[in-house]
Amino acid sequence: MTNHILLRDLDIPDIKNLAVYSDHEGYAAWKKAVTTMKGEEVIGVVKDSGLRGRGGAGFPAGLKWSFIPKDIFPKYVTVNCDESEPGTFKDHQLIRENPHQVIEGTALCAFAIGSKVAYIYCRGEFKEPVVQLQKAIDDAYAAGLLGKNLFGTNYSLDIYVHLGAGAYICGEESALLESLEGKIGQPRLKPPFPAVVGLYGKPTVINNVETLANVPGIVLNGAAWYRQNGTEKSPGTKIFSVCGHVKNAANYELPLGKFSIQDLLDMAGGSMSGLPIKAVLPAGSSSPIIPAANFGAKLDYESMAAIGSVLGSCSWIFMDESVDMVWAARKMIRFFKHESCGKCTPCREGTHWALSVYDKLLSGSGTIEDVKTIETVNKSITGKCFCPLGEFATSSMTFTLKHFRKDYDDFISMKKGGRADWMRELQRDHHIHEMHSGAIPVHGIPVHH
Amino acid sequence: MADLVNLTIDGVAVAVPKGTLIVDAAKKLENNIPVFCYHPKLKPVGMCRMCLVEIGTPKVDPATKQVIKDDKGNVVIAWQPKLNTACTNPVSEGMAVRTATPVVDGARSDVLEFLLTSHPLDCPVCDKGGECPLQNLTLEHGPGISHFDYESKQHNAKHVPLGDLIFLDRERCIQCSRCIRFQDDIADDHVLQFHDRGRHMEIVTMSEPGFDSYFSGNTTDICPVGALTTADFRFKARPWELDHTPSLCTHCAVGCNLSLNTRLETRTGGHEIKRIMPRQNEQVNEIWTCDKGRFVHEFTSARERLTKPLVRKNGALVETGWDEALALIADKLQGAGSSVAGVVGDRVPNEDAYLFGKLFREVLHANNGRHPVQLGMSPSLPMHYADVARAHGLGVNADFKQLGKGDTILIVNGDVEEQAPVWFLRLRQAVVDRGAKLIIAHHRSTKMHRYASRIITYAPGNAAQWLASPDGALDELKEARNLVVVFGDEKCDPVNARGLALGLAGLITAAGHAGKQNSGLLPLYPHANTQGVYDMLGLETPGEDLQPPAAVSWTIGVGEPNDVPPSRASGAKPFAIVQELFLTEIAQQADVVLPVLSFAERDGSFTSGDRRVQRFYAGLPVAHGSQAKSDWWIFQEIARRLGVSWSFGTAAAIFGEMAGQVGYYVGLNYDGLGASETQWPPMGREDLYYGGTVYDNEGGIGVRYPTAVESGRAVSFKPVQLVTPSMGALSRPARRLYQNGELIGRSNVIGAHIEVTQ
Amino acid sequence: MLKEKRAAEVAAILSKYPHERVRSAVMPLLYLAQEEYGFCTPDSMREIAQICSIDPTEVQSVAGFYTMYFEKPVGRHVVEICDDLPCVLRGADKLVDYAETKLGIRAGETTSDGAITLKVAMCLAACDRAPMCQVDLKYHYDLTREKFDDMVQELRK
Ligand SMILES: Cc1cc2nc3c(=O)[nH]c(=O)nc-3n(C[C@H](O)[C@H](O)[C@H](O)COP(=O)(O)O)c2cc1C
Ligand code: SF4
Ligand code: FES
Repeated sequence: MTNHILLRDLDIPDIKNLAVYSDHEGYAAWKKAVTTMKGEEVIGVVKDSGLRGRGGAGFPAGLKWSFIPKDIFPKYVTVNCDESEPGTFKDHQLIRENPHQVIEGTALCAFAIGSKVAYIYCRGEFKEPVVQLQKAIDDAYAAGLLGKNLFGTNYSLDIYVHLGAGAYICGEESALLESLEGKIGQPRLKPPFPAVVGLYGKPTVINNVETLANVPGIVLNGAAWYRQNGTEKSPGTKIFSVCGHVKNAANYELPLGKFSIQDLLDMAGGSMSGLPIKAVLPAGSSSPIIPAANFGAKLDYESMAAIGSVLGSCSWIFMDESVDMVWAARKMIRFFKHESCGKCTPCREGTHWALSVYDKLLSGSGTIEDVKTIETVNKSITGKCFCPLGEFATSSMTFTLKHFRKDYDDFISMKKGGRADWMRELQRDHHIHEMHSGAIPVHGIPVHH
Repeated sequence: MADLVNLTIDGVAVAVPKGTLIVDAAKKLENNIPVFCYHPKLKPVGMCRMCLVEIGTPKVDPATKQVIKDDKGNVVIAWQPKLNTACTNPVSEGMAVRTATPVVDGARSDVLEFLLTSHPLDCPVCDKGGECPLQNLTLEHGPGISHFDYESKQHNAKHVPLGDLIFLDRERCIQCSRCIRFQDDIADDHVLQFHDRGRHMEIVTMSEPGFDSYFSGNTTDICPVGALTTADFRFKARPWELDHTPSLCTHCAVGCNLSLNTRLETRTGGHEIKRIMPRQNEQVNEIWTCDKGRFVHEFTSARERLTKPLVRKNGALVETGWDEALALIADKLQGAGSSVAGVVGDRVPNEDAYLFGKLFREVLHANNGRHPVQLGMSPSLPMHYADVARAHGLGVNADFKQLGKGDTILIVNGDVEEQAPVWFLRLRQAVVDRGAKLIIAHHRSTKMHRYASRIITYAPGNAAQWLASPDGALDELKEARNLVVVFGDEKCDPVNARGLALGLAGLITAAGHAGKQNSGLLPLYPHANTQGVYDMLGLETPGEDLQPPAAVSWTIGVGEPNDVPPSRASGAKPFAIVQELFLTEIAQQADVVLPVLSFAERDGSFTSGDRRVQRFYAGLPVAHGSQAKSDWWIFQEIARRLGVSWSFGTAAAIFGEMAGQVGYYVGLNYDGLGASETQWPPMGREDLYYGGTVYDNEGGIGVRYPTAVESGRAVSFKPVQLVTPSMGALSRPARRLYQNGELIGRSNVIGAHIEVTQ
Repeated sequence: MLKEKRAAEVAAILSKYPHERVRSAVMPLLYLAQEEYGFCTPDSMREIAQICSIDPTEVQSVAGFYTMYFEKPVGRHVVEICDDLPCVLRGADKLVDYAETKLGIRAGETTSDGAITLKVAMCLAACDRAPMCQVDLKYHYDLTREKFDDMVQELRK
């Protein structure tokens, strides 16, 4: 694609600068909305565009905005830039290379729902790109695009950046709100949903960075323009973060529904090593793995559902034949164990337990009974967790077992465990775990063991 | 009722109020859905996942919006695809719940198995063993065997002091957050939190001193495992070895219902209180108690307890027998030409105070009519306004739980957390959770100030003066649905304290709230029986300070040396009789000291600050070798020696007579006080795994007596003339929960927290 | 005290949140404390509690939940190599092995000169340029042994 809608930095160098962005219709939608439109009209056009959330769940953005009660004040917009799903790096590029479009989209959302304050919640590790984002915000203030009485109207808007500090769960919208309120990032009970009881107990829209980056174009050019790309139910373009065993790992912006998984792989230059690609995780560690046999599926929400997987956050981790799925599953479980917030029992205990069984397998002392235990534990977690994180954790087990059961069986029968690089990995993780366990401080009070 | 919701649980129909959670609806049917994180007194969080059930709702035709029925006319149920938590989902009309299917059983056993992967199997040495929800539920729902490889169990610190009162066993904690939520949502002391996350998630505190809260002990009751234990009880005994006796707290006016857990100590050969637990009374303390009520009990078995009567011989107090001591007293009382002053401490039970009053009125006065006899109470300040508080108190059926939106709580000149801790919890909830409006007038700041929508300040000692011209600050009270006025006597002179009470009573009346059930005065009296002692003594109002007696000064359970009637400036020192638990400062000055039983060794009744008359029972036998007696027994013996024969064999008998004599108590009876009602939601021993280790209410929930307004009696009080606050009043420190005293001073557990005031 | 030493920054942080929601400032203030003292010291947590009108335990809880706050001293520089799935597919595990050997410590430890704490990290959202690492909140991409050596040399200066 030569004319990107989101990754415009690929077409227009330095679009991160306000002057360049402005020269390319930057903030035109913003001015149009504030000076000529009502909030409902903005919601209307976003609804008509069919824009779906890009944070994972694919919920229609305009519909979400329309849930905001009219008569409760203040209202808030929070932008989800926690981007922590393994394999995702699209929001990173957006805030770094095309920040004004994110800001403009955020502003439009705020205007649409009648909010005067927006927070962009970035994962703490994004301190560096946040400098770029903050500079863009400051420039926008200086240019009178943010702040008080915009364009001479009585509408005012402030946008702030809030940094997380290392917690995947804070990408989950209610945990994000808790974190933004200065608490530990454990998800909230739903209902009530954030649209009604959100940040500081007030109506709140939460959207992904990429979702909002679509909005300026939609408001400026209309819903029909947006629908030129994509399908009826999956309109528009979407950024695909492609990584793993491919030659050209990068973000690719593609219209939905047009290309297949294989096309995507080809675009990324195919296998890095030359070995055939074995499978792909389409939405990071949390997604159902797709074996190569299904690479004909089209890239849109419906087609992915049809092959038993998801489009999700579009973090495509390709793996070639050298990858043992038992190892890969362990890596994923390690991630979820590390990121389990601890709130609910099945996720907290289940990920720990599952990891310990995988460790046993990898170390070479596992038996076929242990594979069964993985199945049992997995089943015990499934469908019982407080939030999707725990359910995500089961995907890595459920679908590697489903599609690559042979890897598990071979693992035992061919005594694959104990490989030197795996042992180093295990020992490293154990060492870190041990060091961590002894580290619980109780200030001012001696701890007796 | 219009807002009842109908549903079926395992096919059984039940109707419950709108908003009821499924778990509580099931409880109505005695269907115990297992829970860990859910607690009926805490907001649901749905985190342990133990209560998963199948939930369905009537299927609705999207076109017609009508409920779909099958061929047989039965409503078709749309079952949710996943299990859902019974503790977070409220019931809805037509809902169907399944709690006994293989899927639900499986989920229960899965969650238990998960919990047990990190929980040690140390029940035999665990303080909670025998009263542990996890233990019970594992027996009932647990997996037969565990698939978990115990080699990879995580080992954590087992004796982590969270402070000096509460210890944490990190291996046993199942991260249910009940303790955190109690501290956050009920006590509002945010001193416990989770630290780290996932499997590393642990309870920590960073407060100084550790676990800094007056309510910390409650967390050990509601902790569903043995992770939290008290310094008081840990490793001391096993729950099943303990006897339990319904009792009451003596420390403040709330009247918390308690249970004394006692055991025979082979070491000493005597019985001892091993721990004090709350006893559920939804009207009074629900299931809570403050740490003073829970931990201050060692005085009952203190070695310094008086065991024999003492009389002064050659300047020194020496042990003697009852006969000699009683004869001496009778002799002195009969002695001619002088006066007697009696003072009763406000922890003395009703029965004893009544009999003391009767002795004065009927015996000393009759026999000795030409001499003035006078009665007073200690501390003396409340007797200057207790009549007003009684006449304008809360209605007979007043219920803290009903206070909420539309109601106003006015607190004047008192510190509810320090002076009536459990009322603090209850009033705070009315404000914070249910939307009552709180107005506070005080010369200083208190914890309750956090929740006030209006704060008024005045100069110390000037509460009544401020009230006399509140400058429009209280105009809005008329609009309130109910008006509860809590007041204290900090820095007040007697006349000003009375002036304040009268002013507040007038305020309630003027604002149109007199006689309403949930309106009225709530006095912050110093101890458990201030109102009762006042009622029993039948004191003249307004109270007058005692005149120095010439002949005999007689004090019963008076802790405060200032409250002993002064001796005359000139002339002989009166003959001093003291009835006490210990050789207190006052007792050391006495001529006769008589050893009495503590509340733990006898029965009787107290009247709380909101006029609830409640019974307590003897939990400990009289210690071996002790000759201590009830105060009332002593009075009866003395009356007999003065020629009047009473034959009261029990406290009950005295109560029986009293209830026919003392105006407000007419119609009450001792058995009635002891009657219990089923407490809802049930959280006592029978329901161990639902609520915790609180005790069922076996000893009675007590009966509130009506106010004068309610009984249709006319009340009118003479106005008083306010005075400029005196130095004496201004220099009196405000009462604090942990201020030093005879009883608290003997608590090893709470010792480090005692505040020595000035 | 942060309030004196970093007054302007504290004020700027507080200005972002509604007045009655100062608790939101806990996380940025913890970063500030960490910058100032090297880690989140108990005293700084108490100060933050006071600024945010909450209990110190609540601050400690936040510091404990998030991986980027240190509650114990760390090296002058913290090097975190991502060793999550996507990065390892592109050789990150070998880089960690190399880093351990090169620095003579295991992941989780600090070099004896106090210069460098080595850690491994979960996915850092830069999988297209693996292996990569984060040094004191700055990303280093497309790492090789040589680049790593240069980086360490630079840090030790
Ligand atoms: C465990 C978990 C992690 C998530 N992480 C992210 C994330 O990093 N970024 C994101 O935008 N959404 C994430 N989500 C999805 C959000 O909860 C939410 O659906 C999304 O931000 C809504 O925005 P959208 O409608 O624009 O997609 C996550 C969800 C879960 C359950
Ligand atoms: S200590 Fe007890 S009450 Fe607190 S979280 Fe742990 S198990 Fe629950
Ligand atoms: S989740 Fe319902 S009791 Fe814990």
